[in-house]
Amino acid sequence: MKHLRSIEEIGTDGVLRLLDLTDTMVEVNRRPNPRVPALRGKTVCNLFFEDSTRTRLSFETAAKRLSADVMTFTVGTSSVNKGESLRDTIETVAAMGVDAFVVRHGSSGVPWQVSRWTTASIVNGGDGWHGHPTQALLDAYTVRTALGRTGGLDGLRVAIVGDIRHSRVARSNVEVFTALGADVTLVAPATLLPPAPPAPTTADLDEVIEKVDVLYLLRMQQERMQEALVPSLREYSARFGLTAQRAHRLPEHALVMHPGPMNRGVEILVDPAELPGAVITQQVTNGVAVRMAVLFELLGAGRDVPTESTP
Amino acid sequence: MLGPDDVRRAMTRMAHEILERNRGLDGVVVLGIQVGGVWLAERLAAEIAAIDRAVPVGSIDAALYRDDIGLRPVSPAARSDVPVDLGGATVVLVDDVLFTGRTVRAALDAVADYGRPRTVQLAVLVDRGHRELPIRPDYVGKNLPTSAHEEVRATADGVEIVERPAGAA
Repeated sequence: MKHLRSIEEIGTDGVLRLLDLTDTMVEVNRRPNPRVPALRGKTVCNLFFEDSTRTRLSFETAAKRLSADVMTFTVGTSSVNKGESLRDTIETVAAMGVDAFVVRHGSSGVPWQVSRWTTASIVNGGDGWHGHPTQALLDAYTVRTALGRTGGLDGLRVAIVGDIRHSRVARSNVEVFTALGADVTLVAPATLLPPAPPAPTTADLDEVIEKVDVLYLLRMQQERMQEALVPSLREYSARFGLTAQRAHRLPEHALVMHPGPMNRGVEILVDPAELPGAVITQQVTNGVAVRMAVLFELLGAGRDVPTESTP
Repeated sequence: MLGPDDVRRAMTRMAHEILERNRGLDGVVVLGIQVGGVWLAERLAAEIAAIDRAVPVGSIDAALYRDDIGLRPVSPAARSDVPVDLGGATVVLVDDVLFTGRTVRAALDAVADYGRPRTVQLAVLVDRGHRELPIRPDYVGKNLPTSAHEEVRATADGVEIVERPAGAA
């Protein structure tokens, strides 16, 4: 595996391989000293053209726990503000010796563009409305461990609720859950669905809530109000928010997930700490292990080289 | 080279040697090196239990400690399972085939991250020579002279030497 720019690029086999490798990393993270020398001498550069504290910190932590060197720069501190082009920025940083770039950008497709300008591995840390593959992987891993599955997620019923249209998280999650054999339903008002939805849709959360194994709530963004795609936050909450009444109707084993940061009172109207199925904190914890697995797979796993006879 | 009975006898003998060398089993922990050493560690622990008493058994994954990372594929599902604190323990590392010694070197680093054992010993089913590091086994099932381009396969059914497939280095 050279890059992780989308879930589609690595396929079901790649997804399963990374989820298995994540088990190893979870074990490392449980140790008193959670650090291994695996990526000594490798340099990972976090290029964030759009700020995201949690994704950036998660990647930084992951790289450090594998003993890689980490460089991080965000637009505010870079010379992008001085008019340097994206290509110049990449080529300059790459010339310092970088083995992997983690790219976060407001425009779709930037990770592919960047991979044409450098020989380093590229990890998509979120591009526009397009994709966020490491978020999808950490979600799949969280579901797999919380429900005690080992292989795929065959027959699992997942409902993704909220602004599907503008959500890279939704797009990558549909890809990963579908690849693992789950049945995904998208729950949103018609104005927040993309023109060609990648999975079956409904506008009625109450219709599906008793039949889900996983309820995945997306962050509702304030700017959607200004665009008049939903009448009001209160109306959105009433129809698509997880209220106490709806929480009672969830199956007992059902998981409640959210990519963060949560809008309390909008998409979630109950205290997640009081929901037995909420795995929102586990998602964050697993995020570090999944990103360790990704970095190790791209930079350390080796390709097409015959093995020694000692395993 | 070795049949299933030979493997069984070698394991029984090594179990006796471990008891004898350590004058009992106080603090003994048996750790199989992922992947090939794991079944052997379990077999060895069962042999030890049959002679005296049960000892903690676990596994150690050395993949994240290798000096050739990026040069060879790793197997994802393998992970360390260390059931007890290794501080002050007598760790018996177990592997199927001892070759260059690099896997054992990596496993020693991995063990050190779990504590400071009083001593670490090495048990292998087959020592095939060609060491590249100053590492020697404490317990050996069978010394098997090989040439570098041969491959040694060890399972519960026995041990065989095969020619490496053409094109392999």
